[in-house]
Amino acid sequence: MSDPLNTPEDAQQELMAFMAGGQEFCVDIMAIREIRGWTAATPLPKTPGYMKGVINLRGTILPILDLSARLGLGTCEPSGRNVIMVVQIANRSVGLLVDSVSEIIMVKANEIQPAPSVAMDEMKALIMGIIPVGQRLLSLLDVNLVLPEIEVEAA
Amino acid sequence: MSADDPFEAIKQTFFLECEELLTDLEASVTALTFGDGDGETINAAFRAIHSIKGGAGAFGLEELVRFAHVFETYMDELRSGRKTCDDTAIRAMLHASDVLADHVSFARGLIPSMDEERSQTVANELRALMDGGGPVVAAAPDPSPAADPIEAEFDFKPVMFDFGDASDAPEVVAPEAWTITFKPHVRLYETGNEPALLLRELARLGPCQVTLDTSELPALTELSEPAACLSWTIELDAPVELEAITEIFEFVEDECDLVILPKGEPAGSVEDSAAADVGIAALLAAATAPAPAAPAAPAADEVDIQALLAMATAAAEPAPSAPAPTPAAAVAAPSAPAAKATAPTGSAQAAGGGQASIRVDLDRIDKLINVVGELVIQQAMLAQSVAECGLAASSTVKVGLEDLEQLSREIQDSVMAIRAQPVKSVFQRMPRLVREVADMTGKNVRLITEGEATEVDKTVVDRLAEPITHMIRNAIDHGLEDAEGRAAAGKPKEGTIRLAALHRSGRIVIEVSDDGRGINRERVRKIAVDRGLIAADANLSNEETDNLIFLPGFSTADSVSDISGRGVGMDVVRRSIQQLGGRISIASTPGKGSVFTMSLPLTLAVLDGMVVRAGGQTLLSPLSSIIESFTPKEGDLHRIGARDWVIRFRDRFLPLIDTGRVLGFSKPDAPEITGRDGIAIVVENEGGSQVALWVDDIQGQRQVVIKSLETNYRKVDGISAATILGDGRVALILDIDALVVLGRQQANQSEFKIAS
Repeated sequence: MSDPLNTPEDAQQELMAFMAGGQEFCVDIMAIREIRGWTAATPLPKTPGYMKGVINLRGTILPILDLSARLGLGTCEPSGRNVIMVVQIANRSVGLLVDSVSEIIMVKANEIQPAPSVAMDEMKALIMGIIPVGQRLLSLLDVNLVLPEIEVEAA
Repeated sequence: MSADDPFEAIKQTFFLECEELLTDLEASVTALTFGDGDGETINAAFRAIHSIKGGAGAFGLEELVRFAHVFETYMDELRSGRKTCDDTAIRAMLHASDVLADHVSFARGLIPSMDEERSQTVANELRALMDGGGPVVAAAPDPSPAADPIEAEFDFKPVMFDFGDASDAPEVVAPEAWTITFKPHVRLYETGNEPALLLRELARLGPCQVTLDTSELPALTELSEPAACLSWTIELDAPVELEAITEIFEFVEDECDLVILPKGEPAGSVEDSAAADVGIAALLAAATAPAPAAPAAPAADEVDIQALLAMATAAAEPAPSAPAPTPAAAVAAPSAPAAKATAPTGSAQAAGGGQASIRVDLDRIDKLINVVGELVIQQAMLAQSVAECGLAASSTVKVGLEDLEQLSREIQDSVMAIRAQPVKSVFQRMPRLVREVADMTGKNVRLITEGEATEVDKTVVDRLAEPITHMIRNAIDHGLEDAEGRAAAGKPKEGTIRLAALHRSGRIVIEVSDDGRGINRERVRKIAVDRGLIAADANLSNEETDNLIFLPGFSTADSVSDISGRGVGMDVVRRSIQQLGGRISIASTPGKGSVFTMSLPLTLAVLDGMVVRAGGQTLLSPLSSIIESFTPKEGDLHRIGARDWVIRFRDRFLPLIDTGRVLGFSKPDAPEITGRDGIAIVVENEGGSQVALWVDDIQGQRQVVIKSLETNYRKVDGISAATILGDGRVALILDIDALVVLGRQQANQSEFKIAS
């Protein structure tokens, strides 16, 4: 996966913008495998609160992570309107439960600003940078870090 | 040179082949041990060793080549009948094949070090046998008097072919001599023939002067695909019949250009001379193959010398040699058909005619199995939704769905059958083990195997070796008496270990039995009491006593030996079998011997489970660990201490684990066990102790496909894996042992013993 902070200045980057916990985020579109509607997950015992459980994704067991809870923005009580973004982390697939997916945006590397120092630990650890788009502000999420249980080999 | 990868890949293929060849070798040698061998058995063994040597030469595995060479040379002596195949010879072969296997494992990196000393000892043993061990049956020319025949004779690099031993021989002027031009086609190499062997056969006829013609060899950069570019001119200085020469090339005559002329006659190009010399041409009409040598392909970007090397050497099979009488091999009575079946005389030549099998990457099959598993689930889901529509049973949709179901089941069965493998591969490792353990203990042991063809899933086969090894070691070390003990008991000197496999009610059953002393129940009981495993006054049946040996930390050996009795004992066997979803039991008759029986599922991909509900979740409990389930009556449930519950089960009290609560599915304010209906499932954990799981209800029993949680997530406490039910929902499979541990942690319960 290309690192959006280290690509040439004018290189265009495609990002997927979405809402989680009422805020706007985006991730590198290359990390996203598919987007699907919410289906009830089977809860897993003895897992952190943000783990919603597992679902059947065409035969593979897909863990579902409540991104809002993971970011410390409160748990999400999923309904049919929520969506699951299936992302690739290392060699694993993980489903991220988000409020909704909004659009694909094209961003130049120099439009991405470093993440400001924020108080919340979860936020600070997961945000790679911020992108102002018009009146909106999108936080660029590092998907490799959302699931601390999965050890991502150093690139 | 191109990247390492293709070379590595070929090397891996070579090792895979080695594995098969070693198995063949072991089978042949075993057949000889039992006196079932004939000349073809020795030939098969020879071919196996030779192919390993050939491949090893291509990969520069010198140690392996050196040893294989000595072994091969010895086998050649046996094959040609110059040495007799007696007990000494067989013992030497057994040792040599063990060492050869070690060499291969070492080259492959499977074992960290090679016992060079042993290798040397065995090699010297073979050499000693060759030099004068057995009686020399036929006076044969030994053209390699050199101190080191290995270096002199063996060189596998095709471009530098050197037929050392023959060319070293002095040229003798004979009344008649032959000039043979031999140009192999690609086909000759493809069918696994080896020019060196043909040349060696020629050398047997008399002194040879071999000249290698490399003029057609393209530059390395142009060498792109397997091509036959070498030809040889052999000057044979011996007054032999033409037939003697053609006989050597009999099996390859269609696969090479061959011209045999009396020495001195003009020999032009291959085709010309064949046409010119009418008399010989007539004789050799068949020998001069019509097929032209494969044209060298246009220069490719990549130099694929490895492929050529592999072609020329790794796949090389010896050409069937001039039929040498092998009186020595006729040691035994006419071979039994069963023995024939185990001697893979044909399989070693698989490179030859029509291939009966293909080699497929296991990953591909796994993928196929996965997809088919999905197909079956998807089909079930579809059937369920159709059923919900309330269509008539005779509607075309329903009938079509039923057909679909049958078809998908059939596909699933067939795909599973692809993975099925005979347990032979595991069983064949055992003779060696028995030999080694027998040597170490000084006991005389005979191993009988039955049901080698019994098929089971590859993953199960792979994991069978360890428990079987352990059980056989135990049987020899603890089960069989020593020589005096056997004599005193009036038993034959040789102890017998029987290893059998059979299918029984959808599972595979492996039995390891011995005719030893059986289990000394008094001693077992005493040890169990001494170690605090059972209460001193516990009333146990014979069967229960026998099964005490499976308890952790139980070892009956008075002295700790190298072989078994490291204090890990049978509980390890039991655990590895339980991990496979199997069970093990023992039946013993004092003085007569013991039978260990293990029963395993045919596949690890599928699990028999009980669908239960606990804490509002659907869960699966592996059927293999369930003993019984029952609805408790009033007065069966008792609270002990603040949080612990016990349940009465056949006049004993078992700890009760509230499954939903332990896994955290029940709400914290859910009523205590007594406050709600439920069913107790008595399960046995790895240690053999029993506990009861409290569940809300049981929904039925079904076979499910196991899906790993670790693929996309990680191990979860109390859960071994997941599965997908017919409705497409994920259900978790309980890990009984982890659940018991979790229950203990939560209840902080004292350790529970079998006799409580």
